[in-house]
Amino acid sequence: MDKILVGLKRVVDYNVRVRVRSDGTGVDIDGVKMSINPFDEIALEEALRIRERGEAGEVIVASIGGDETQQQLRTGLAMGADRAILVNSAEPVDPLTAARVFLELVNREQPGLVILGKQAIDNDNIQTGQMLAALWGRPQATFASEVVLDGDKASITREVDVGLESIEIDLPAVITADLRLNEPRYVKLPDIMKAKKKPLDNIPLQELEVESATPIRELKFEPPEDRQKGVVVEDVPALVAVLKDKGLI
Amino acid sequence: MSKVLIIAEHDGTALNPSTAKCVACASALPDAEIHVAVLHSNGADVAAAASGIAGVAKVVQIDHESSEHAVAAAIAPQVVSIAADYSHLFGPSTTFGKDLMPRIAALLGVNQISDVMSVLGSHSFQRPIYAGNAIVTLEAPAGLPVVATVRTASYRAAGSGNNAGIEVVSVDAEIPAHTRFVGLQAGKSDRPDLQTASKVVSGGRALGSAENFDIIYQLADALGAGVGASRAAVDAGYVPNEMQVGQTGKIIAPELYVAIGISGAIQHLTGIKDAGTIVAINKDADAPIFEVADIGLVADLFKVVPELQAALD
Repeated sequence: MDKILVGLKRVVDYNVRVRVRSDGTGVDIDGVKMSINPFDEIALEEALRIRERGEAGEVIVASIGGDETQQQLRTGLAMGADRAILVNSAEPVDPLTAARVFLELVNREQPGLVILGKQAIDNDNIQTGQMLAALWGRPQATFASEVVLDGDKASITREVDVGLESIEIDLPAVITADLRLNEPRYVKLPDIMKAKKKPLDNIPLQELEVESATPIRELKFEPPEDRQKGVVVEDVPALVAVLKDKGLI
Repeated sequence: MSKVLIIAEHDGTALNPSTAKCVACASALPDAEIHVAVLHSNGADVAAAASGIAGVAKVVQIDHESSEHAVAAAIAPQVVSIAADYSHLFGPSTTFGKDLMPRIAALLGVNQISDVMSVLGSHSFQRPIYAGNAIVTLEAPAGLPVVATVRTASYRAAGSGNNAGIEVVSVDAEIPAHTRFVGLQAGKSDRPDLQTASKVVSGGRALGSAENFDIIYQLADALGAGVGASRAAVDAGYVPNEMQVGQTGKIIAPELYVAIGISGAIQHLTGIKDAGTIVAINKDADAPIFEVADIGLVADLFKVVPELQAALD
């Protein structure tokens, strides 16, 4: 295939523990470390490996976000993507609008494969890949842990609740990457320098003329209810005694 | 009035308990009439099971050869073909529902509410974001269908003993052939299912190897418990991914959860916050798991886990 399109979302780094703002209007992410969504990194790694095996010509990374999102796209370029597209929107978009934006990119670029992360670790929505596949009228191979391409088909292993499911899909298609699909490479300094010269298209969202979906309104944010801190026992007999006392054993 | 269609999860013979949990969630909608859709090549047995769930007004049985296995691309257009009759479409937040429901939502032109943990009104819900670090209250747009997945750990399964009518429906939908089921390799285990077990023992990175994980299995067997693992243990290759508990794995709510050698990263804690009693065994007294544990034991797991097992045998 000529091209693989990979989505990269800029999210709060997975090591950061976010807190709800005291006025309940959102979560406080001022000044926290931002990164590529970890599952999107896995998606990009898979695309790069496919290209390195000679099964794809070009890997394009795309994101929807403000100017600051160029940082994550540059990281994607440093990992090895050939070029980047930023669909510039200062405001975050909902999953259906994101899927419509990616459909427009698909129409422009005609990739043989779109690989996204299975979920973004900020909103945990788990929607965009499936929605893109639906709008595109193409297969969705969600939660993928193995991808084997064979001409205009692909065999995918999916991580499902009861174990591993194998499916066969026709291409083009949407794949969403699960944790064990691969282990993303580390970026080396010379690659960061090289990435600065790679093309990065900055397209205002309005220019794509994508219809925005009706958003689900976020009325209020609250911290989760804390569990009460419990007791510390000294040894196994004490543990067994407490469990017996609670009727659990 | 809310007219709700729940898409049943099943394996062709048995109904998954997640379906009765969706019914429990839907029952919290004001003035709800609840239908359950069973899609399969021959769904009679599953439809009969669904008709027994308390609170269900009707079972809609849609038989089609393409629904032999739960392929979202084949099932979604069939659901959409009857969706106009409903104000709400619910599915479970299991890999089945997570795969299927957004495809339905997109075909209906709406965003989805993922992981409903609480129903506040016909269009108002609460769900966790940022691995459960925040709970957001949402309002779905009026006049559009509400498509949602239900966080099954937040609900107890609706009861049984009902005998709702079953309507066999044939649908007129264009069903694509571009996605084909090949096989399912289910983890073979006689142990209780992780997602529904009343007791769960989980191991973390501190186990150090796949071989060492044996002591987790042995303790689980002594307790009659299901077995889970932290993402770190899955990542390190000690156990398969279907055992992962947490934000990116399974969200569970057993009566007893025993976390062994698990530090308690937030993404793990979000998967167990509805557990009844959490026991933590870890040699690091500062591990965050002790912040949420009801019973903590600061000790070397390789010493105390066999002791605990011996005490239970």
